[in-house]
Amino acid sequence: MLLTIADVEHVALLSRLELTPEEKEMYRRQLAKILDYAAKLQELDTENIPPTAHVVPLQNVFREDEVGEHLPPEKVLANAPDREDNFFKVPRIL
Amino acid sequence: MELCDYTAHELHDMLVRREISCEDICRSIFKRIKLLDKKIKAYITVIEEEALMRARDIDQEISQGAEPGPLTGIPVAIKDNICTEGLRTTCASKILHNFVPPYNATVINKLHSQKVIITGKTNMDEFAMGSSTENSGFFPTSNPWALDRVPGGSSGGSAAAVAAGEAICALGSDTGGSIRQPAAFCGVVGMKPTYGAVSRFGLVAFASSLDQIGPMTRDVTDAALMLNAICGHDRWDSTSIPTDYPDFTTFLVDDIKGLRVGVPKEYFTEGLSPEVREIIEKAIATLETLGANIVETTLPHTDYALPAYYLIAPGEASSNLARYDGVRYGYRADDADDVVDMFIKSRSRGFGDEVKRRIMLGSYALSAGYYDAYYLKALKVRTLIKRDFEAAFENCDVLISPTTPTPAFRKGEKIDDPLTMYMSDIYTLAVNLAGLPAISVPGGFRNGLPVGVQFIGKPLGEGTLLRVAYSFEQSSNYRGKRPPIVEEVL
Repeated sequence: MLLTIADVEHVALLSRLELTPEEKEMYRRQLAKILDYAAKLQELDTENIPPTAHVVPLQNVFREDEVGEHLPPEKVLANAPDREDNFFKVPRIL
Repeated sequence: MELCDYTAHELHDMLVRREISCEDICRSIFKRIKLLDKKIKAYITVIEEEALMRARDIDQEISQGAEPGPLTGIPVAIKDNICTEGLRTTCASKILHNFVPPYNATVINKLHSQKVIITGKTNMDEFAMGSSTENSGFFPTSNPWALDRVPGGSSGGSAAAVAAGEAICALGSDTGGSIRQPAAFCGVVGMKPTYGAVSRFGLVAFASSLDQIGPMTRDVTDAALMLNAICGHDRWDSTSIPTDYPDFTTFLVDDIKGLRVGVPKEYFTEGLSPEVREIIEKAIATLETLGANIVETTLPHTDYALPAYYLIAPGEASSNLARYDGVRYGYRADDADDVVDMFIKSRSRGFGDEVKRRIMLGSYALSAGYYDAYYLKALKVRTLIKRDFEAAFENCDVLISPTTPTPAFRKGEKIDDPLTMYMSDIYTLAVNLAGLPAISVPGGFRNGLPVGVQFIGKPLGEGTLLRVAYSFEQSSNYRGKRPPIVEEVL
């Protein structure tokens, strides 16, 4: 299928990835080949077939809404690349 | 033969007779790791001191009269995408190179309660995306049977560790064949349980509707013991099945008389190599000799499993991997202008090629304008694939097939061609789409390389799977066979 460099740039943006020009061309080629292969699914008539998102026939698993145990802030923040008090710190947003 | 070359149940018998200690077993394992892991590179992290300390603690309990349970003191390796509290869990990705989980996966707590000894964390394809362990962000693993070949993947480190005596048992995870394919390539037993039988809590998510943790062992008995230890409903995983599980060792019966074994004809077409075909046909003949009824059956949508899988799994992955943004854990680029730039730089430097490829493929399949044609279409085809199995199981108790089209391939052979690499999972993917249990057991050797036989069961049909796998194993003599590299150091 025809996949353009602009298409690759669009999905890279959606994926929050930046690519070099060489990578863009590599992914364009590889993704096109995989999507070509995926086009095989169009051979099948699925007009009246319901989708399967999940195989286990479980619906709406409920539980009581109770206060339970949770991780203490020190453990939650232990892997933080940067922090301030009990917050994750990030570069400026605006 | 050294202690590290025995099965868990053999070691258990020796422990019960007080012939050996847990420390003896543990020392044997770490001696083997020191001898061979430079060449095999099965492990990302090894925890010798902690393991020995734990072994000594358990030995003391035994000396004070505690009876060892079936897995007490057994050294088990853990795939590095299963969270271990206080022990680095990387998913073989640079983006998680320094991640130390603040909690244990449910399976880890369950193994601890069985007094298992964790040896370390094993190598894998980054985020479990791959079929050769060459996509590890750190280093590739070698197949113990032929060092120039891949161990399979994504649980390649776990498979290689069990095959080489660097662990007695291991945990892997299987999203499209990632336990069974490396088990086949390394000549060990690998089982993917029914979706929902084993809690996924603490398993780093790849494709949530397909992922399942399972055992990798030297024989079928050990697989049953490990399954006993890890299965069960878990309130922390809302997709886990609320049911009671039997003691799976009760299915280790050498009797399959009258069992209906289906042979899906679509799994024996041109893609199958002659050497693997020969071994599977021999396995079918063996089962027939043992009294099984061999039934030819059909799974008409088999050819559509691979394309459906490669839209569904990347779709789920693109969403699951959105969490790696450098905010709360893992790698953060420290030269970003603003927060979005930080997300982009951290992800672009932290993820490897295959992970990026699948995130983009998934984002594409889920994006506006393509969702119906790709992702929704794939979910509908998933229904057809599931129905194929339901129809086949009306006349069969279990299905037999090859685990892989060929034995282990050479390193570098498929790494530049993603689609060809994906094809190596052609016989395992459909099982995940349908949520079924399946097991790969060693079926024989060709040119010194192991070949796996796959059995596929009905939902929660693990017992029948273990029974047929056990009976097949009893009739073969591959269990004592060890890789040449192990024979050399003995």
